Amino acid sequence: MSTHNHLIKPEAEKEYNILNLGPTHPATHGIFQNILKMDGEIIMHAEPTVGYIHRAFEKIAEYRPYNQITPLTDRLNYCSSPINNMGWHMTVEKLIGCEVPKRADYLRVIIMELSRIADHVICTTIIGQDTGATTGFLYFFQMREKIYEIFEEVCGARLTTNIGRVGGMERDFSEVAWAKLKIFMVEFPKFLKEFQSLIERNRIFMDRTIDCGPITGERALAYGFTGPNLRAAGIDYDVRVANPFSSYQDFDFSIPIGSNGDTYDRFMVRIQEMWESVSIIKQALDKMPTGEFHADVPEFYLPNKEDVYSKMEALIYHFKIVMGEMDVPKGEVYHSVEGGNGELGFYLISDGNRSPFRLHFRRPCFIYYQAYPEMITGGLLSDAILTMSSMNVIAGELDA
Amino acid sequence: MEPLLIKVIIVIVLFVITLLVALYATFAERKVSAIMQDRIGPNRAGPFGLLQPLADGVKMIMKEELIPALANKWLFIIGPCIALLTALMTGAVVPWGGPIKIGDQVITLQVADLNIGILYIFGVVSMGVYGIMIGGWASNNKFSLIGAIRASSQMISYEIAMGLAIIALVMTTGTLSLNEIVLQQDEGWANIVIQPLGFLIFIICAFAETNRAPFDLPECETELVGGYHTEYSSMKLGFYLFAEYINMFISSAVIVCFYFGGYNFPFQHELAELLGLSSNALSIIQTVFMFGKVFFFIFFFMWVRWTIPRFRYDQLMTLGWKVLLPLALANIFVTGLVMWGMGKI
Repeated sequence: MSTHNHLIKPEAEKEYNILNLGPTHPATHGIFQNILKMDGEIIMHAEPTVGYIHRAFEKIAEYRPYNQITPLTDRLNYCSSPINNMGWHMTVEKLIGCEVPKRADYLRVIIMELSRIADHVICTTIIGQDTGATTGFLYFFQMREKIYEIFEEVCGARLTTNIGRVGGMERDFSEVAWAKLKIFMVEFPKFLKEFQSLIERNRIFMDRTIDCGPITGERALAYGFTGPNLRAAGIDYDVRVANPFSSYQDFDFSIPIGSNGDTYDRFMVRIQEMWESVSIIKQALDKMPTGEFHADVPEFYLPNKEDVYSKMEALIYHFKIVMGEMDVPKGEVYHSVEGGNGELGFYLISDGNRSPFRLHFRRPCFIYYQAYPEMITGGLLSDAILTMSSMNVIAGELDA
Repeated sequence: MEPLLIKVIIVIVLFVITLLVALYATFAERKVSAIMQDRIGPNRAGPFGLLQPLADGVKMIMKEELIPALANKWLFIIGPCIALLTALMTGAVVPWGGPIKIGDQVITLQVADLNIGILYIFGVVSMGVYGIMIGGWASNNKFSLIGAIRASSQMISYEIAMGLAIIALVMTTGTLSLNEIVLQQDEGWANIVIQPLGFLIFIICAFAETNRAPFDLPECETELVGGYHTEYSSMKLGFYLFAEYINMFISSAVIVCFYFGGYNFPFQHELAELLGLSSNALSIIQTVFMFGKVFFFIFFFMWVRWTIPRFRYDQLMTLGWKVLLPLALANIFVTGLVMWGMGKI
């Protein structure tokens, strides 16, 4: 043994392997680049690059009327676009000081919880897929399809939904949408249970994910983590409870938290949140108030077509809204919603013109990605991939 | 007929059957995974998609051949060739059925009854990893290289446990010839009853040996893009994929021969007597049983692949060296003790 000692280089002369993980790599779920300095399979240093799909949404938003910013928000976290849409609508409502009727709030809650489920379905199945459990991924993914069918029935689109309007929903749920929602509420718990029993207590899965890419609650807070990733680290911060929006105070639900902040905790927190979302939707269905599905704000909410053809005011408002000439007050607001991935905030400054003076999106993925090098250094390559998928970093939201 | 001619015919038939089984194993895998995942699976080419493997084959051949500029060209080509060659060679010592008598000639349904059949299988299978190593290294791609390194270290860790599991079997059977192992199981119990732990170790190692999930680290796509075959395209890629399925087929056959009585089935002689079957008819039924068992194990391979996640590299090493190796050693020790107690040594 000692005869070969001269072959082992001292620490200072050690050579490392530089591995370019990305920008296109099957496991990165989007376009990120990671330049890894590797000692065998161990990551010694990681250098992430952002900006591969930067589309300058914040700048574009400065040139667009308020209603036309909604489609931009679709493309942030495209796994749960309805939450982004509605977060933006609520921000504008806050600026113009508009009260939304309860029914609109409840419809919004249903849509938002559905998209939270869709988001978590993607994340949890992708964690499974990245450990090699393809069946869980493809089997459970059907449920996202069912959710998209409901979205399709409500707004006509599936992925980039552009759902709802400033002031409420663009229309009430149709009969078909209610029926589909009812079927979903019966089917989904079964599928979720099945998926859980397939993966959750699997020894290989647990070995792979426990202690993989951990982060302490303290560090997570220091970075500005929010959402499931912060809750997995043991801190019970949820915008829905801390700062209720859209009548979330009416619902009874708990916030699942983890203890280690590792991949397994992030997985379990998301699984439990899906159960909570199911219960929220159930409560919303039970307590669904009657009434209008949008606020009475004619200068912002597009009037009915019949009215446009028969009433002068409606025609004027229709013209002004379509042309983007809305009278928005001057002001500065921050509003945040609990997105699928964490606190999604909108910081809006209006100077009274047709488009925002400045709009900033507080994008949780951007924050998670800053902690990524710290979380993977010293781990194995496989852990790095799992950490990425368990944080559910979506490239569209990361780069905006 | 000339004995040599008969052998040549058997070789060709075995070759064709191996390729056919491997071809349709790809199809079966897609269908099995589709059923497990609540999908339909391939159903466009031919009735029930039965021509899908042919379509895939044609696609593979017609695709553009691409050798990276900085790759070592010859090694790049040799890699997949070795993988396929060794995969095809293994089937030579497997007995596929009892002897068939035509006139006064006795034809054994086995290419070669080597008295060191087990050693031959091990030798050839071990060479298979060279195909992966050479291919991964010659690609001049870091992902391929990591895949190749994983393959070779995985190979070393599992080959030993596998070999030790077999040593216990060789102790009880007292022979290295596959034919004799199968014949012994005709009269007595199937070896699974005698060597349950050995079987468990062997089948786990067989999964690692064939690079199938949960041990598909050398090609795990979520980390290494395509692993050792990242840079491969067209039929060279096809060779690698094909070799995996052939390996799966042969591994199943070897498992059946070692532990599940090979072509024998329970009460075969009683059945033959009852129905008045000739020995040729019995042999044919035996061959059918052999393939039935083999197909079950191929299904088992797929079943496992589509059910459980994959190990991490270091966990795989831990399992190989710290769990399977001591278990295999303990198995040998216990087998020896029991045999000594029964007065067999």
